[in-house]
Amino acid sequence: MTTAGTRKKRSERTIEEYLLSEQQLEDMYYHMLLARRLNERMLALNRQGRAAFVIAGVGQEAAQVGAAMALKRGTDYLAPYYRDLGMNLVFGMTAREAMLNLLAKRDDPNSYGRQMPSHWGNTERRIVTQSSVVATQFLHAAGIGLGAQMRKDPLVVLTCCGEGSTSRGDFHEALNFAAIHRLPIIFYVQNNGYAISERNEKEMPVPNVADRARAYNMHSAMVDGMDAIAVYQTVRPAVDQARNGGGPFLIEAKCYRLWPHSSDDDDSRYRPKKELEEWTKKDPISSFRARVETDGIFPKADLDEIEERVEEEVREAAQWALMQPDPEPEDALGHVYKEL
Amino acid sequence: MASMTVIEAVRSTLDEALGRDDRVFILGEDVEAGGVFRATEGLAAKHTGRVIDSPLAESSIIGISIGAAHYGMRPVAEIQFADFIHAGFDQLCSEASRWCYRTRGDAYLPMVVRTPWGGGVHGGQHHSQSIEAYYAHMPGIKVVAPAFPADYRSLLRAAIEDPNPVLFLEHKRTYRLIRQEVEGAPAETVIGRARVTRNGPDLTIIAYGLMLHESLAAAETLSSEGIESTVVDLLTLNPIDRETILESARATGKVLIVHEDTLTGGLGGEIAAMIAEHAFEYLDAPIRRVAGPDIPPMPFHHAMEDFFMPNREKIAAAARELAAY
Ligand SMILES: Cc1ncc(C[n+]2csc(CCOP(=O)(O)OP(=O)(O)O)c2C)c(N)n1
Ligand SMILES: [Mg+2]
Repeated sequence: MTTAGTRKKRSERTIEEYLLSEQQLEDMYYHMLLARRLNERMLALNRQGRAAFVIAGVGQEAAQVGAAMALKRGTDYLAPYYRDLGMNLVFGMTAREAMLNLLAKRDDPNSYGRQMPSHWGNTERRIVTQSSVVATQFLHAAGIGLGAQMRKDPLVVLTCCGEGSTSRGDFHEALNFAAIHRLPIIFYVQNNGYAISERNEKEMPVPNVADRARAYNMHSAMVDGMDAIAVYQTVRPAVDQARNGGGPFLIEAKCYRLWPHSSDDDDSRYRPKKELEEWTKKDPISSFRARVETDGIFPKADLDEIEERVEEEVREAAQWALMQPDPEPEDALGHVYKEL
Repeated sequence: MASMTVIEAVRSTLDEALGRDDRVFILGEDVEAGGVFRATEGLAAKHTGRVIDSPLAESSIIGISIGAAHYGMRPVAEIQFADFIHAGFDQLCSEASRWCYRTRGDAYLPMVVRTPWGGGVHGGQHHSQSIEAYYAHMPGIKVVAPAFPADYRSLLRAAIEDPNPVLFLEHKRTYRLIRQEVEGAPAETVIGRARVTRNGPDLTIIAYGLMLHESLAAAETLSSEGIESTVVDLLTLNPIDRETILESARATGKVLIVHEDTLTGGLGGEIAAMIAEHAFEYLDAPIRRVAGPDIPPMPFHHAMEDFFMPNREKIAAAARELAAY
C-alpha cells in the first residue's frame, strides 16, 4: 500500500452516462494499466534473455477489460485466447501469477510450466484451459453453454479470438450450434487488424467479422475496442440478454495490435509505419485517462497514484517471480490421466 | 438378462447410464431417431432432452463434448462412422488428450466418443476404416475396442464413469453378428486390461474387435490339427496391457498379432516392439503379423475387399507356419 489512504473513497453509485460506478471506473483503469505494465515488463525480461516468449495484448486492453467486467466472477466462464491478459486480471489473476506464467515457474496456476506463456486456464476461477490451436475454444464454450442450459444454470460464457481465427471451421461450427440451441454465449472477437502479417481482406470477404452473424441468425454488435467504456456498455446488455435466455451474441471489438505479433516477430516487414503512428494516438489507456480526467471523475493526483501503485506492483511481482522455483525435470511426468 | 447382440449391449448400457445419472447425455448425428445403426433407438423418448441431434459437424460434436465435460456433464458423443472422426482429430489430439496434463489435473474430461469402425461390410473407403492407430498414439485418451457383448456392456459403463476421454470403438460388422449370453459372462472387465480368451501352449494370437472372433475360429481349426493356441483379446488399445501380452509371449514363445488395420504403423508394430524389448529371450520364432495390406482401406468390390480383410484362413495359415518354425 502506498498512498491509498489519502485517496477519496469511490462511490458504488452508477454514473449514468458511463453505466459504471466510480469504483468500477477505477477498477477498469487499474486493470488496463496493470495489463499494459505487465506486458512491458515481460518484454523487457524477454530482451534480457530471462523469458523465452512474450505474446501481448498491448492495444487491446480496453477491449479486454471492458468486456470481462461485464461478466459475473465466480459464476460466468471465460474461454480466452492468448492475448487476454487483461481479461484474466479482471477474473482474479494476480500480477505475481502473470509473472509465474511468463517464466513457466513450477507454481504457475495456468499450466505449471507445461504450456507456453499466455496459454491461460484456471478451473477455480472458471477460466477454461486453452491451447495454441486458434478457435478450438469456441466449441468448448458452446459445450459449457449447452451443459449450463441443460442444468438451468444461469451463467454466461464469454469466449475470445482474433479476427483471423474466425476463418477456422471451429468458429463457424460453434456459432451454428450455439444459435440453433440459443445458448448463453458471447462470442467475442478482438479485431486487431492483423493475423500475424495478414490483413482482414486476406481472412474474409466481408468487411466486418460481425457480418458473419447473419448467416447464423445470431445477434451481433460492433464496438470501438479502443474505448473501454463503450465496450462495457455494449457487452453488458448482451451478457444480460444471454443470461435471460435471449441466445448467443457475436461481438466484434475493433481494436489494434500496437506491438508485433510476438516477441519473435518483426512487423516492419509488413506494417506501414504511418498506420502504427495513427493508431498509437488512439491508445486505449491514455484516452481513458484523458476522458475521466476531463469529465472530472477522478482528480489527476488519484490517477497518478494508481499509476504508481501499478508500477510498484509489477516491479515487485517480477522480482518475486524470478526467485520462485522452476519445475523439476521429472515434473514432466504425471497427470496424463485423471485419477479420482 | 438373456443373450444379446453387440448393438443391444451398447443400447442397453446407454439406456442404463442415462437412467442412472442425469449428467449423462448423448450427442451425435441422427441419434434422436435412433442413429443409423439404431444404437440409440428409443432413448430420446425415454430420456427427454438428453439425446441430442447434432448438426453434421464432427469437430463440433467432439469440441462441444469437451466443453460440456469440463462443465461437469458426462457426454457420450456418437460419431456416425469412425471414418468421419478425422474432422474432429484436432479436438481430440490438441485438446481432449492434453486437458488433464496441461492443468496437472485441475481440469479433466469425463467424456466418451463412441464410433463404429472396421470393414467387411461393403463400405468402401469411408465406411470401413480402422482408425485406432491414430488415436491410440495420444497419451491422455483411452481407446477401447471390445469383441463380445458382455465386454461391450462392462467397458462402455466403465468408459462413461471414467474421468478421462475414452474413444469407444464398436466393430460395425459384429453389431448383429455376435451374440452372447451376458449373464454369467467372464468377470467384469476394466479399462486397461486384456483377457486370455483361450489357452494353449503352442503360440499366442493377439487380436481385438472382429479379428478376435476370426482368431478364435482359426484357433478352433488349428486345434483340430493338433496346434493349441492362446488367444488374447486386447480389449483396451491404449493404455495397452503390457503384462498380459508379455506373460503370454513368455509362456508360448511364439506370437502372431492380427489386425485389419494396415500393416505399417499399425498397433501390431508397437506390440511386436514391446515383446522384442521385454521378452526377446523367450521367443522361439520371429513375431508374425497378419494385417491389412498397405493400401488405402478399403476397396469396395467384394473380391478386393475380401483380399484386403484378414480372416480365419489367413490367420490359421500364418499360425501353422509359426507353429512349425
Ligand atoms: C490452427 C492454427 N494455425 C496457425 C497458428 C499460428 N498462429 C498463431 S496466432 C496466428 C494469427 C492469429 O490471428 P488472429 O486470430 O487475428 O489473432 P491475433 O494474433 O491477431 O490476436 C497464427 C496464424 C495457430 N496458433 N493455430
Ligand atoms: Mg488479429
